[in-house]
Amino acid sequence: MILEQFNKTFESKARLGIMSVLMVNESVNFNSLKELLNLTDGNLATHVKALEEAGYLLVKKEFIGRKPNTLYSVTADGRTAFEQHLSVLEQFIKNS
Amino acid sequence: MNEHLENLKEIRTLMERSSKFLSLSGLSGISAGVIALFGAFMVYKKKVEITGNSNPQGILDATNLEGDFKLYVFKIALLTLLGALIGGIYFTIRKAKRNNEKVWNNLSKKLLINLTIPLIAGAIYSLALVQQNNMWMAASSTLIFYGMALIFASNYTVRDVFSLGICEITLGILSIFFTGFTFLFWVIGFGLLHILYGGLMYFKYDK
Repeated sequence: MILEQFNKTFESKARLGIMSVLMVNESVNFNSLKELLNLTDGNLATHVKALEEAGYLLVKKEFIGRKPNTLYSVTADGRTAFEQHLSVLEQFIKNS
Repeated sequence: MNEHLENLKEIRTLMERSSKFLSLSGLSGISAGVIALFGAFMVYKKKVEITGNSNPQGILDATNLEGDFKLYVFKIALLTLLGALIGGIYFTIRKAKRNNEKVWNNLSKKLLINLTIPLIAGAIYSLALVQQNNMWMAASSTLIFYGMALIFASNYTVRDVFSLGICEITLGILSIFFTGFTFLFWVIGFGLLHILYGGLMYFKYDK
C-alpha cells in the first residue's frame, strides 16, 4: 500500500511546516521559524533536532553582535526526501 | 484523506508566506496613482498659466523650462515622490497589522533592498539629466528605472508587481521615441497604471 511510502520523519505537522519554509528560503533563523509556525521554543527545538538527525537540515550557529543566531537550511537529501513525500501525498489524494 | 489535503494546503501557504511579503496593499498603489495625477495636473495648470497654450504636448521641452517653471516641476516631482512613499508605507503598515505580519522582517528587508538599488541609480541618473536641462529624458528614465525596481522587488511579493514593472519599462522606452509626449506617458505610468494595478490588487488580495 502507498501508505508505506510515507516518510515517517515528516509525520508531524510541525516538521512538514519546517521543511516547507526551508524549501523556499536559502536559510531561516530560529525566531523566524518560530513565528511562522507558531511553535514554542522547546517544541521547535525538538522537531528541528529530529530533522537534523535524519540529515535533512543543516544547522549553522553564528553571532550577531553578542546574540546567538541559529540558521537552518535544507540539505540535498532533505530536498529529495521532502519532494518525494509531497508526490506521495499528492498521489494519495488523487487515488482516494 | 482530508488530513492530507489539509497538510498540502498548509504547505503551500507556508511556502508563500515565508518567501513573499504579502502585506503590500493595493491601496498603496491607488494612493500613489492619485497623488501622481494630482501632481501632473498642477504641472499642466502651471504650464497653461505661463504659456497660455493648453496643448499637453511638449510640456517638458527645454524651451518650456525657463528658470521658474523648471524649479516648479522639480518641486512637484519631489512632493509627488514623498506623498507616494508616505501613502505606500502607511497602507502597508495598516495591512500588515491586520494580517498579523511584522512590517519589518527579513522579507520586507529584501523587498526594500531590491526596490531601492535601481531606484537610487535611477534617481542619480535622472538628476544628472535634469541638471543638463534634459527634463523629458529624465521623465523617461524614471519610468524605466522604476519598472526595473518593480521587477526585482516582484521576487519577494505578489506576482502582479512583475507585470506592472514590464508595463512601466515599456512606457519609458516608448516615451523616448515619441518625443513631446513624455509627460503623457509619465501620467499613464505613474498615475493610471498605479490606480489600475492598485485596484486589481486590492480586490484580489485585500478584500
